[in-house]
Amino acid sequence: MSEQEKNAPLLDKRSSRRTFIKNSGLTVGGVVLGGALGSLLVKEEKTTTTETHVHSEATGTNNLNVALMYFTPEQYRITEAAAERIFPADDNGPGARELLVAYYIDHQLAGAWGMGSKEYTSGPFFPGEATQGYQGRQNRQQIFEIGLKGIEEQSLKTYDKSFTNLSEEEQDAILTEFADGNVELKGTTSAHFFGVLRTATIEGAYADPLYGGNANMAGWKMKNFPGHQMSYLDIIEKEFTVVEPMALNSQHKH
Amino acid sequence: MVTKLPKVDVVTIGVGWSAGIIAAELTKQGKKVVGLERGKDRKTEDYFMAHDELRYAVRHEMMQDLSKETITFRNNDKMRSLPMRSYGSFLLGVGVGGSGAHWNGQNFRFLPYDFELRSKTIEKYGADKIPADMTIQDWGITYDEIEPYYDQYEKMAGISGEDNPLGGKRSNPFPTPAMKKTEAMRLFDDATKRMGYHPYVQPSANLSEAYTNPDGISRAACQYCGFCERFGCEYGAKAEPGVTVLPVAKATGNFEIRPHSEVRRILYSNGKATGVLYTDLTTGEEFEQPADVVVLSGYVFTNVRLLLLSGIGRPYDPTTGTGVIGKNYAYQIRKGRATGFFDDHKFNNFVGSGGLGMIIDDYNGDNFDHSDLDFIHGGMIILGQTGQRPIANNQVPSGTKSWGKEFKDASLKYTNASLTVSGEGASMAYKQHFLDLDPVYNDAFGDPLVRITFDFEEQDRKLTEFMADKCEAILKEMGADHIDTSRELGPYNVAEYQSTHNTGGVIMGADPETSAVNNYSQMWDVENLFVVGASSFPQNAGYNPTGTVGALSYRAAEGILKYMEKGGSLI
Repeated sequence: MSEQEKNAPLLDKRSSRRTFIKNSGLTVGGVVLGGALGSLLVKEEKTTTTETHVHSEATGTNNLNVALMYFTPEQYRITEAAAERIFPADDNGPGARELLVAYYIDHQLAGAWGMGSKEYTSGPFFPGEATQGYQGRQNRQQIFEIGLKGIEEQSLKTYDKSFTNLSEEEQDAILTEFADGNVELKGTTSAHFFGVLRTATIEGAYADPLYGGNANMAGWKMKNFPGHQMSYLDIIEKEFTVVEPMALNSQHKH
Repeated sequence: MVTKLPKVDVVTIGVGWSAGIIAAELTKQGKKVVGLERGKDRKTEDYFMAHDELRYAVRHEMMQDLSKETITFRNNDKMRSLPMRSYGSFLLGVGVGGSGAHWNGQNFRFLPYDFELRSKTIEKYGADKIPADMTIQDWGITYDEIEPYYDQYEKMAGISGEDNPLGGKRSNPFPTPAMKKTEAMRLFDDATKRMGYHPYVQPSANLSEAYTNPDGISRAACQYCGFCERFGCEYGAKAEPGVTVLPVAKATGNFEIRPHSEVRRILYSNGKATGVLYTDLTTGEEFEQPADVVVLSGYVFTNVRLLLLSGIGRPYDPTTGTGVIGKNYAYQIRKGRATGFFDDHKFNNFVGSGGLGMIIDDYNGDNFDHSDLDFIHGGMIILGQTGQRPIANNQVPSGTKSWGKEFKDASLKYTNASLTVSGEGASMAYKQHFLDLDPVYNDAFGDPLVRITFDFEEQDRKLTEFMADKCEAILKEMGADHIDTSRELGPYNVAEYQSTHNTGGVIMGADPETSAVNNYSQMWDVENLFVVGASSFPQNAGYNPTGTVGALSYRAAEGILKYMEKGGSLI
């Protein structure tokens, strides 16, 4: 069997899912299609995406995990928009928004990771060299608070608009300034905040769905990562093989 | 108030590989052993949900809580040392099994050259080959002398492998056959053979077939699930203390593990260790546990720190080069590597096993001539197949943006279409690399943290460039369409994961003036105190350390039994 043939079922599945979403008439079409149409839809009505995407096929109408533990609604919207630019929907499949990455980040920030519970947070604090790692006073909750506020302020300053109302190109320009460390923030650097946001976005795309992101294992499907499997004895010596992913839920509830 | 407990024969500080091996050997001989472990107890069933990259690999489920204790770091003594606030360069295991529970299972014997590094280097290249500040030493034990203990350890763990054509002589074949070869491994195998090298399948503690060891412990074969390093093995296939030596020790009825028991001091009077002082972390109560023999068998940093906190041994002084505790801290040189990107070839990169890979040792140790090279030693070159999990593995060709559409597209394209070949370089000891107590930062009890003073040296930079070129050439021969080569070592960065192969600080040797322990891991200064682990490596080899830690632990167990019979220094 050629590699392409092995891939075929997965590709079929993807396109049928896209077709379903398009045909369903939900405005998440903007997210899936991306490009100019997507940004138009987002610009038109900033709450549209928030209200509608949770009802999309990917999320399921009964996903009771889709609610906020930590973010304010505004923080959530900025995070969702920024994460989508970091990991956008494209021909490969869904982006951060459809994968529910912002909910993943919200849930992580509410717990040990957000508070740095297992990290050494005692003083005294000194700036340190680049080889000495993070030496700031702020935990990730505080870094997000400062960074998200910074994104919104920078958007208003530059474009006189909220970040969530910017075009994709404008959002990218703001995020590039953050990534390059060009935006002055009090208590952390824009580059550090962007680094944490980027890392969290990748985590939300690929962590087991039990954490609230990687909706329907769509992150794994794009990446051909089979998630939790008991054994690869049958393919360990073989050429590239597509394996349908399974989540830890299959281990817990069977 | 400290509660004094009844005396036992032996108390171990920590319950990882070293303590587990020693406990098994001693309890079989009827000795009463107590193991004090600051973390929790664990069993295989606890890893039911172990295939969770976020929890185990990214959030460090099995690692020490840094809010309670970490290390501080500086590149040199001109720099202010600062705490490692979150994990980076290496991971600190905690809980029963220690680092032996979360390891990959990459299992090696060091080369004969490694054990006599200083004298063999001088013999072949002259004394000038070793820079003045490079403080490498012989181990005080030769490969032939340690070989029987490697053999014993490998049989216990059921190490899977095939002969290394360039390795030391073996008295027995591997207890189990080599692991299976993936397509990527076959590609490396073929390419390196064509190049005239001597490839072999990596020796592995992951178990290629069902195995019953000499202690009667049976384990099932590895399923290649791809979740080893940083994870516990839910299958019990990966050799770790909890599925090998600890059940043997427990079955004798002579072994007691006390979890949540953090040793704070080794008690010492009149030239002997009298026991330990520990805190029960669940109640805050303090206990004195007297013992005839104390085994200090924590990770490298714990071993050095407890000796310094307890005022045992002569602390190392980097200005004069005298003293021994904290001396010759070394690491691993791993940045000489290359990643090949394939346009039309995909691999099952998601499958794997912690100790799965193909290796050449043609540039390890003194297996090649160094006459015209400005470094000594070398390292293995490996194509590992540990199982690439999606959060940690997003390789993109250099020049690709690190986020956005371009990043997403490239990272998805290459996730199963890129292979990395890397050097695992030996790390030499230097006068200016050492461990001591930090003057400013403390643990949760108010005791000073251990401080690392370490940087990469010219030797390491040259070695990195050399290894990078070799890795690149192999990937070219393997048919990669685009190769990114990592040649620049840069300064040592504690925030960047490299390896959990920290060594030294309580080093082994033949001379009490220049070493802390003899080749039984017995302290020269305190005859009933045995300090066991990679802390005893005088410098680090071009291999992972655990196999050698295992061999030294069997030798230490033999020494402890001898000592309990006759007393005195074993050397």
